[in-house]
Amino acid sequence: MLRADGLTVAYDRHRVLDRVTISVPPGEVTGLAGPSGCGKSSLARVLALLLRPAAGTVGVDGEEIRRWRHRAAPALRTKIALIFQQPRLAVDPRFTLLDVVAEPLRVARRPLDRAERLAEEMGLTPDLLTRRPHEVSDGQLQRACVARALTLRPRYVICDEMTTMLDASTQALLVARLEEYRRESGAGVLAISHDTELLDRWCGPGATVHRLGPAEAGPGQADGTGGTWTRT
Amino acid sequence: MTAPSRLRVDGLTVRFRLSDATVQAVTDARFEVRQGECLALVGESGCGKSVMAHALLGLLPGNAEVTGSAWLESGDGDAVDLVAAPEEVLARSVRGRRIGLVPQSPATHLTPVRTARSQLEEALRELGNPASADDLAARAGLSPADLDRYPHELSGGMAQRVANALAVAGDPWLILADEPTSGLDRPLVDATMAELRRLADDGRAVLLITHDLRAAERVADRVAVMYASRVVSVAPAAAFFAGPRHPYAAGLLDALPSRRFTPIPGRPPELTRLPGGCAFLPRCDRASAACERVPELAEPPEPAAPQGAAPVSPADRQEVACHHPLKPLELDRNVAR
Repeated sequence: MLRADGLTVAYDRHRVLDRVTISVPPGEVTGLAGPSGCGKSSLARVLALLLRPAAGTVGVDGEEIRRWRHRAAPALRTKIALIFQQPRLAVDPRFTLLDVVAEPLRVARRPLDRAERLAEEMGLTPDLLTRRPHEVSDGQLQRACVARALTLRPRYVICDEMTTMLDASTQALLVARLEEYRRESGAGVLAISHDTELLDRWCGPGATVHRLGPAEAGPGQADGTGGTWTRT
Repeated sequence: MTAPSRLRVDGLTVRFRLSDATVQAVTDARFEVRQGECLALVGESGCGKSVMAHALLGLLPGNAEVTGSAWLESGDGDAVDLVAAPEEVLARSVRGRRIGLVPQSPATHLTPVRTARSQLEEALRELGNPASADDLAARAGLSPADLDRYPHELSGGMAQRVANALAVAGDPWLILADEPTSGLDRPLVDATMAELRRLADDGRAVLLITHDLRAAERVADRVAVMYASRVVSVAPAAAFFAGPRHPYAAGLLDALPSRRFTPIPGRPPELTRLPGGCAFLPRCDRASAACERVPELAEPPEPAAPQGAAPVSPADRQEVACHHPLKPLELDRNVAR
């Protein structure tokens, strides 16, 4: 279980999350909906252990994260992958697409040979893998980002508006690939989007979809105003 | 009666020569945008639709080769070919004056160091429009107080309205909206689409370039689909969303979460190595030997109309570039299967 309890996040004096509690069970898809500016991405960053909250705790598989600096320790962070909304802002523009996919392996000092196969599974041809970000489309770049996120076989995958910039066919393809990984690996997926139609379709029957309201609405579960609904 | 054409694109082709390859970004595009209507140009990322927008504005980089024509017409004899016109003409009399651009990501389109009012007043002054910034802003749904803010003090929706006010500051005939909803949430998308609808209802022609089919559905009168550099389908919006005739268009609609949520198999070809025939052939389940020839954009042969049925009016005609177009409403049977 990836779990956050009583999470508060503030930038200067501006509070974007106010005592939010949410959990992402392994093997399931959990949805998180909410309008622009409600704090969805801040919540994603905290859960990916990339942003230290002002208050509250984060636990991964029963272990509470301690000794945060700005982020948590790298060894803990590899359990959780984050896929961002804008692939162009999420990759080093000097890398080839193969470098992008292989980067986690390089940082973890593991053999790089898996990267090519993972990229292949995402439909990236050897020719595309030699290109740099400015030479490919948003859809192709986001495929590389999804491959990169799955390289170290994370226990949890957080998809923060993963398909907002993409056309319908690429959206369906990326969601199908993540679902395949989830079923095969037993990983937990947090699907974040303002698009409730997408979440309804992505999160299967029985899944929980949280709605995040604006922080001004006061404390609560991850449900400031709208509450949590369960797909039936 | 059909409204007069404001933009008539015919045979528009854009090529980029690289050292080791040629990018076929736009090939033989043909469509028109009429007064008072919104035409949505949809397609996957990388299909050439943004290059088309830049070609119309004369903003392509130096290694682009543009052929064909794109006539911008006032309806009273004033016309300019955007492809042939020299840069001075485009700068002096087209950009801002005859074509207004609604940009992707309005917040970054605005200068961060000046208030919205100062930017709007500058645009009005440069374009020689005697209207006041307050009037223009009020029509876009902004209060005078909003105009005194800096871009970082504006919400996404307000920044969008400032961008819209800027786009119409020169009273253009054609509004070109290039991915105006990218990254916006649903209420903001809806507000932007409502604004584009209002501009069309005011008698302007609106060309909306987007990958967001649901945004297009909200506002478009007609929908053009682009695939691998070609316009492969042009259809009235209602007919398009109910039963697209081109297999690629049907695949795109089927990928929506509200429909089958299934991606189109395979992947689009590289624009540097397009196949000789129909570019959709390798992904298409209707392909035959005939598809080795590039299909022309044309009206598909209609099944015999039932007795007494009204003939299809010109405004309702669908055009597709396909040797084996789907029959009207065949999509519904696919969904049921």
